[in-house]
Amino acid sequence: MNEQITHMAGQVTAGKMTRREFMGKAAALGVSAAMASTMFADAARAAGPKKGGDLKLGLQGGESTNSLDPATYASSVPYMNGRHFGDTLVEVAADGTIESRLAESVEGSADAKVWTFKLRQGVEFHNGKTMTSEDVLKTMERHSNEDSQSGALGIMKGIESMKADGDNFQVTLTEANADLPYLLSDYHLVIQPDGGMENPGAGIGTGPYQVEVDEPGVRHVFTKFANYWNDDGHFDSVENVVINDATARTAALQSGQVQLANRIEPKVADLLGRAPNITVQSTPGRGHYVFIMHCDTAPFDNNELRTALKYAVNRADLVDKVLRGYGSLGNDMPINAAYPLFDETIEQREFSIEKAAEHYKKSGHDGSPIILRVADGAFPGAVDAAALFQQTAAQAGIPLEIKREPNDGYWSEVWNVQPFCASYWGGRPVQDQMYATAYLSTADWNDTRFKVQAFDDLLFAARAELDADKRKGIYSQMGHMVRDEGGLICPMFNNFVDASNNTLDGWETDPNGELMNGQVSRKMWFV
Amino acid sequence: MHPIIKLVFQRLALGILLLFGASALIFGLTEALPGDAAQAVLGQSATPESLANLREEMGLNRPALTRYFEWLGGIVQGDLGQSLTNKLDISESIGKRLGNTLFLACVAAIVSVPLAIFLGLLAVRFRNRWPDKLISAITLTTVSIPEFLIGYVLVYFISVKLGWFSSLAMINDTMTLGQKLYAIALPAFVLTLVVLAQMMRMTRAAILNLMQSAYIETAELKGLSTFQVIARHAFPNAISPIVNVVMLNLAYLVVGVVVVEVVFVYPGMGQYLVDAVTKRDVPVVLACGVVFAAVYIGLNMVADIVSILANPRLRHPK
Repeated sequence: MNEQITHMAGQVTAGKMTRREFMGKAAALGVSAAMASTMFADAARAAGPKKGGDLKLGLQGGESTNSLDPATYASSVPYMNGRHFGDTLVEVAADGTIESRLAESVEGSADAKVWTFKLRQGVEFHNGKTMTSEDVLKTMERHSNEDSQSGALGIMKGIESMKADGDNFQVTLTEANADLPYLLSDYHLVIQPDGGMENPGAGIGTGPYQVEVDEPGVRHVFTKFANYWNDDGHFDSVENVVINDATARTAALQSGQVQLANRIEPKVADLLGRAPNITVQSTPGRGHYVFIMHCDTAPFDNNELRTALKYAVNRADLVDKVLRGYGSLGNDMPINAAYPLFDETIEQREFSIEKAAEHYKKSGHDGSPIILRVADGAFPGAVDAAALFQQTAAQAGIPLEIKREPNDGYWSEVWNVQPFCASYWGGRPVQDQMYATAYLSTADWNDTRFKVQAFDDLLFAARAELDADKRKGIYSQMGHMVRDEGGLICPMFNNFVDASNNTLDGWETDPNGELMNGQVSRKMWFV
Repeated sequence: MHPIIKLVFQRLALGILLLFGASALIFGLTEALPGDAAQAVLGQSATPESLANLREEMGLNRPALTRYFEWLGGIVQGDLGQSLTNKLDISESIGKRLGNTLFLACVAAIVSVPLAIFLGLLAVRFRNRWPDKLISAITLTTVSIPEFLIGYVLVYFISVKLGWFSSLAMINDTMTLGQKLYAIALPAFVLTLVVLAQMMRMTRAAILNLMQSAYIETAELKGLSTFQVIARHAFPNAISPIVNVVMLNLAYLVVGVVVVEVVFVYPGMGQYLVDAVTKRDVPVVLACGVVFAAVYIGLNMVADIVSILANPRLRHPK
């Protein structure tokens, strides 16, 4: 029987046998359907990517106000649009290393201040123009100059000067930063002809697919670009269908109208995974659901009270009830094992009513209700999580009062404004960027008002440190500081929960972002 | 001038005045909402610099009154302006969305209005007998269940389990009329169920009211069949309240179906407006608001005029 199966698998690999035939013959040989299905998938994978087909993605996170201008990307659909039609200089690979895209290689000077990107030659834009270092320079300028409204403006701050030099693009930094290539892998930094200075929303890039239909909030259709520089991007066309309603999204996936969907609700993920033609892809990422306290505002300027609140969260229960197991425990720091140079030995903070009560008593808080602001839009299940937090805090004698805020305007009126609220962080590719974005004293988004000089010094020291072991040590120290003194209550890291139809193959686990860091249209294929 | 024509002009003038009022109100209320378009677009990733730059570019630094009158100046010339957030031409985007909304509303209306009136007449014909009770029971049940629930149930059984119809009612220009009708079958069905009851009940009530009149008795004594009495003698006199409720329901089909749009992922006006409000895209909110107000005012005007035409006393005032 084994020989026959091997022969059949060979036929599949050679493309001579369909799934239906294979399953039929395997059943005749007495192989169970589940087993045969696995064997078929293995055989098909061995055949390598197949070209062709029209991929449809059902995506949450698209609005009729979306633009194709990469500077404006802030939700999933625009982000995926950028991945289909555009390329960045470099990309962060699934294992956390830097992967080359439009830059063939990257080289940093010994002091990590001058970075040179050697650009790939003969790359063509969708408008027929060949990419030059000028285009790269202009793109970076558009995202960092005085008039920039780019979502990437924050990460471009440390750049002193940039220049285009033949095939090279060179960045000089004001201060050393060993992680610069990671910063320039940001999804906003899609290279556009002439930097997109003229018409940023034109949707012209160097990616595998070119824009065909652009109906914001409805759908975006892309077709394969004939002169694409790379050999990935296996589909004839790709369509992003905006389906913001979670039930409608899963229904569309189940009825086969889309082959991929993002943001599967944890409460239906198990049920959905039981459907015979669907695979739920759960990927541990760097995103975390948090409650944030302003360290400089009473009563949260008292570290004993902050510590009391940290102990009063039942983390395991939240992961269980809010994430339904699609996530992992948080340790009151924004970093987890998905980051390079993470120190696994940092002790996990456990739920403890006794310790919470003890610290609360030491804080000398007057017993007035502590107001926690929350909205559904802060993170999925935020209101439930706050209610659970309130109950466990009450057991330790800490009076939490939940104030429900409207979703609308939450990020402008409550987050980073009110002293205690629920929030969400998407994570960053490296520790430096995460800390620099939200924990550096001078950071705009320092939403916990964590202002510690010693911490800032360590951050800069780590940037200039090229020895990985020493950097790891510094990051460990910084992690301890945030965990023990910071204003961050981080009970959980959420997984990216996506789902795919079994007509697709080539899924790889990638912690950098949902839907394989947006690479599904490049790396997957129809079996 | 004929009094009817004069009346139409009066109503039109009043309608236009109302539209201005509505636009001012919508503008005022969107301005009063916390945050602005720049903040909404940048969201969590806003920095003071990028906010300032974006405000400058969107022209949000200028006083509110200036912006409102600029918009007003544009609209009297038929220019709805540009969206603040994605710089697309509003007339073009709204045209597509409005076309979709009207298409769905028309299909639902073509099915539901005659059906409701027919069921109403049928209920009167068999009043207090089982057909009447059955019709009332079914229509009242469907109107009482929230439309999203009916939608989800239909999606689950008809598209996921049976695979007869598509759960995504997405239509676009490349589709033929038949394909479009097939795509919107489920949402049109849900909308029909939602609007059926009120129109049916109103038809039934209005006609039953008339059935007590002496002239109906005369008609019966002439030997006409019950259905003929209802259709020929009672119905024309009941037109006014029926048209009123039909128009209200048509207006609902155009302006109130955002929930159904979301469930079936239909690219109509409702979703467009909700997105624009969330992003504080004032020109789009205004444009949608004015279109919705115009639909409401227009349909109500039609209802008034039809009631007047249907009533000889109003048609020939002394």
